[in-house]
Amino acid sequence: MSAQHHAGAHESGGANKLFGFWIYLMSDCILFAAIFATYAVLSHNYAGGPGGKELFHLPYVLGETLLLLTSSLTYGFAMLALHRGNQQQVLAWLAVTFLLGLGFFGMEINEFGQLIAEGNGPARSGFLSAFFTLVGTHGAHIVVGLLWMAVMMVQLALGGLTTVTRTRLLCLSLFWHFLDVIWIGVFTIVFLMGVM
Amino acid sequence: MQASDQAGASHGSYRSYLIGFGISVALTLISFGLVMNGALPTASILVCISVAALVQIFVQLSFFLHLNASSEQRWNLLALALTVLVTLLLVGGSLWIMHNLEVRMDHVQPADAMQHN
Repeated sequence: MSAQHHAGAHESGGANKLFGFWIYLMSDCILFAAIFATYAVLSHNYAGGPGGKELFHLPYVLGETLLLLTSSLTYGFAMLALHRGNQQQVLAWLAVTFLLGLGFFGMEINEFGQLIAEGNGPARSGFLSAFFTLVGTHGAHIVVGLLWMAVMMVQLALGGLTTVTRTRLLCLSLFWHFLDVIWIGVFTIVFLMGVM
Repeated sequence: MQASDQAGASHGSYRSYLIGFGISVALTLISFGLVMNGALPTASILVCISVAALVQIFVQLSFFLHLNASSEQRWNLLALALTVLVTLLLVGGSLWIMHNLEVRMDHVQPADAMQHN
């Protein structure tokens, strides 16, 4: 109550929207927690099929990780340009972020495609069902983030930097950095611990 | 001192983003290096990569998401604290229950199960 009063007295609606979006991200985090728990329980149920040691190529995963991490940095640069009011730089950094994110997603799709082609799809074992659910849910979030970024670039190009687009870009920055934080859990628990 | 907008959220600077990025890359390379090299005992590697992941999450929350202990962010932090609690209960509780189940079911061998079919 006191925070609402405080916010209402001094701040624009943007701050409330950002806080609301933060609450959504926290609930999304709990969704990921449930999927991580499922994965942890099923991670050794191979049903006679291959495990992480046979399936995962760590240098490839390291490449994906560095792409996503760099895209988090370049989105940060877009936000610095936003606060300076430099629309061209915002657009340029968003484009770089979009390409890095697309690269990450492309590598992930390629990895999924190879696994399924080799007969190691989600139906192969409990371990692979949980693997595809966890990594796939993260990937689905990345796709939504990329679509959102594309829409924002169009809005910026057509309507310029307004209070509304500014708030939306700030929400997307929370979303994009949040996905990188989730990925830390994915590469540590699924890939690194998976090959040990 | 970091700049701050009317919502109280700090923006960071090229310097702070690059510091956060540098630490994250270093921690990522350490984790992958330890596992790919495999020189240490498994238990030590497990502890190291878990700590590296937790530190990296903390680094990204402060350098990329600009979370800090300021009064403007108290509600963001409270929501995060609740989320961490729920996450620990969900993951820890699931592992505890399922491990317990596995231990208690241990005497049922696949061969026994087959005979009943």
